[in-house]
Amino acid sequence: MTIYADNAATTKMSPAAIKTMTYAMEEVYGNPSSLHTVGQKANEALQNARATCARLLNCDPKEIYFTSGGSEADNQAIRSAALMGAKKGKKHIISTAFEHHAVLHTLKKLDQEGFEVQLLDVGPLGTITAQQVADAIREDTCLVTIMYANNEIGSILPIAQIGAVCKEKGVLFHTDAVQAAGHLHIDVQAEHIDMLSLSAHKFHGPKGVGLLYARRGVILTSLIEGGAQERGKRAGTENVPGIMSMATAFEEACAHIDENTKKVSALRDKLIAGLSKIPHSALNGDPVNRLPGNVSFCFEGIEGESLLLLLDEKGICASSGSACTSGSLDPSHVLLAIGRAHEVAHGSLRLSLCEWNTEEEIDRILEAVPEVVARLRDMSPVWQELLSGRRQFIL
Amino acid sequence: MEKVLIAMSGGVDSSVAAYLMKQQGCECVGVTMRLFGNDDIGVSREKSCCSLDDVQDARSVAAKLAIPYYVFNFTGDFKAQVIDRFTSAYACGQTPNPCIDCNRYLKFERLYERAQLMGCDAVVTGHYARIGQENGRWVLKKALDASKDQSYVLYSLTQEQLAHTRLPLGEFEKADTRRIAEEMGFFNARKPDSQDICFVPDGDYAAFIERTTGKTYPAGNFVDEQGNILGRHRGIIHYTIGQRRGLGIAAETPLYVKRIDPEKNEVVLCRDEALYSCALTAKELNWMAFDTPPERFRASAKIRYRHTEQPCTVTTLPGGRVAVEFDEPQRAATPGQAVVFYSGDTVLGGGVIE
Repeated sequence: MTIYADNAATTKMSPAAIKTMTYAMEEVYGNPSSLHTVGQKANEALQNARATCARLLNCDPKEIYFTSGGSEADNQAIRSAALMGAKKGKKHIISTAFEHHAVLHTLKKLDQEGFEVQLLDVGPLGTITAQQVADAIREDTCLVTIMYANNEIGSILPIAQIGAVCKEKGVLFHTDAVQAAGHLHIDVQAEHIDMLSLSAHKFHGPKGVGLLYARRGVILTSLIEGGAQERGKRAGTENVPGIMSMATAFEEACAHIDENTKKVSALRDKLIAGLSKIPHSALNGDPVNRLPGNVSFCFEGIEGESLLLLLDEKGICASSGSACTSGSLDPSHVLLAIGRAHEVAHGSLRLSLCEWNTEEEIDRILEAVPEVVARLRDMSPVWQELLSGRRQFIL
Repeated sequence: MEKVLIAMSGGVDSSVAAYLMKQQGCECVGVTMRLFGNDDIGVSREKSCCSLDDVQDARSVAAKLAIPYYVFNFTGDFKAQVIDRFTSAYACGQTPNPCIDCNRYLKFERLYERAQLMGCDAVVTGHYARIGQENGRWVLKKALDASKDQSYVLYSLTQEQLAHTRLPLGEFEKADTRRIAEEMGFFNARKPDSQDICFVPDGDYAAFIERTTGKTYPAGNFVDEQGNILGRHRGIIHYTIGQRRGLGIAAETPLYVKRIDPEKNEVVLCRDEALYSCALTAKELNWMAFDTPPERFRASAKIRYRHTEQPCTVTTLPGGRVAVEFDEPQRAATPGQAVVFYSGDTVLGGGVIE
């Protein structure tokens, strides 16, 4: 039996989301831009989905722009804010060192284009304070972009406080909420969020669809030119089945946040307690302000990739960090950002749970991981050096 | 059932090797090693042996064969064991062969470790060479298709590695391999053979070395064998032994690079006939045919990949080195390249030319 513990990479779709999607594909096949009845039906479904998402975020439907996912939404949000800033001669952007690559790589491009990007230090716990943001904001700051919760180590950041600081200083605030949406209560008004990105497949919705919330007054720049869809800000015939299904999944997830949090964080805490017993290991990320499903560890003396292989053989699907980088993985920039040494960062394991994981699965994981870690350490020359004292333990 | 790990590059050879192992009834696991990212080599590149396209190619072959497939990230090891060795050898005026290092440290060391971890008995590659047993030892032999023989780049395999390596293409002709690939509908049947060094796809080694090390190699003098200055060179990393083109020196008879002196930052030029020599010495020997070589023996030796082996006498020296005396003078033996000794089709061993 496969145990799926990689829900931060992607989730299995919920039956309700699948049902909406197949219904949409069968019945709502019109082009929302068409004049005729079939097209109008699709348009109506699209607007309903928009209204649902807006209600769940506490914003106006006109502030929702559907995208192909979180990465596109991040790109568009940051590009738009940068352009707005540049027009006023403001070219300073504040972010953190452990953002998702969709944010960091966009910022890197902007840096090459003449913007000044300041990445705040996230410290050993992997979080920042609103004070850090307040201290960093300057006259020429055009954007603060800080993730809601970290995808690798699960820290939840003080978004409402950061939002308040940005509002007070009059700086645009974007948050990549891909890991948070559907798992944490989000209220863009109460938290003073100007722009927010989310992705459907992280909360049991389909892949390839997400949205960007942009407060009225934010002038969005199109990344894709063409027709007038999404009020001219995102050309291309809308992914109606994906969008409808996302709305269903989002609604379902938000309706169950409290009970899911209770259940999943209990599983998480059991897992963390069990894995902490492995010697020379360490939990990554904020132990308190933590995503309900995130468990992230470093084990000294082993390679994460070997650990994943052996867990896969035992039917346990895990990850060493972000799925987006494991094709190309240098030690994770997130683990380096929280100060893990290279050799320790290589031995990382992320298990990310959802409400469909069971107590029995946690027991099986708790049996498998210590066994595999011990086996890998037995084979590892680095571990032998650590044991013999020729090399110092870090953890 | 034997369980094997197949090193799949996405090319024709390793794809067919995978197919053949499956045919033999082995339990197969396909693997592509990610060896470098764009950042490591400082370019955005389309074509090279482990580009993302090739990963896709390998993955689709594995899917077609219905075997599990993984991508292993060995970029750190590749940088340390292959790229860094390559750049530092060039900086010392040598001409390294990174494919040999990649085989030694990556394919048959790191990959073999992973194979053991996964309970595999052997690593399979698409090299054209044969492995057999003679007199209680594992031996490496040339491929039956002499034009494709790759035994030269495998000389560093140890007895244990040979025992756990399978080379199913050793008895095949390249044409057979392509035919099988076409019959199987591997979309890559017509893909060209990989050429040159995978991490320097444009072939400009000097630019690569400057880009990745961040160092510049200053211009200096071309000199003749007596030390007379003949002109200016562009930095020693631009030259290899035996090179004639691109020197930018006008002379009555064509001049060639004879030697590179990194300490004086000089490139020594000579006429073609002065490139020939009967003698060379080599270090870091690996012997396949014997534990310790006889003090003195006859063999034929190959001093670069595209060289026909030539008869010689090998004398062992203290410190694990050898002196090689060819019967006929050989052109441009190059420090850093491998010398590999054969007896007929069998590889006796090899080492690095000093």
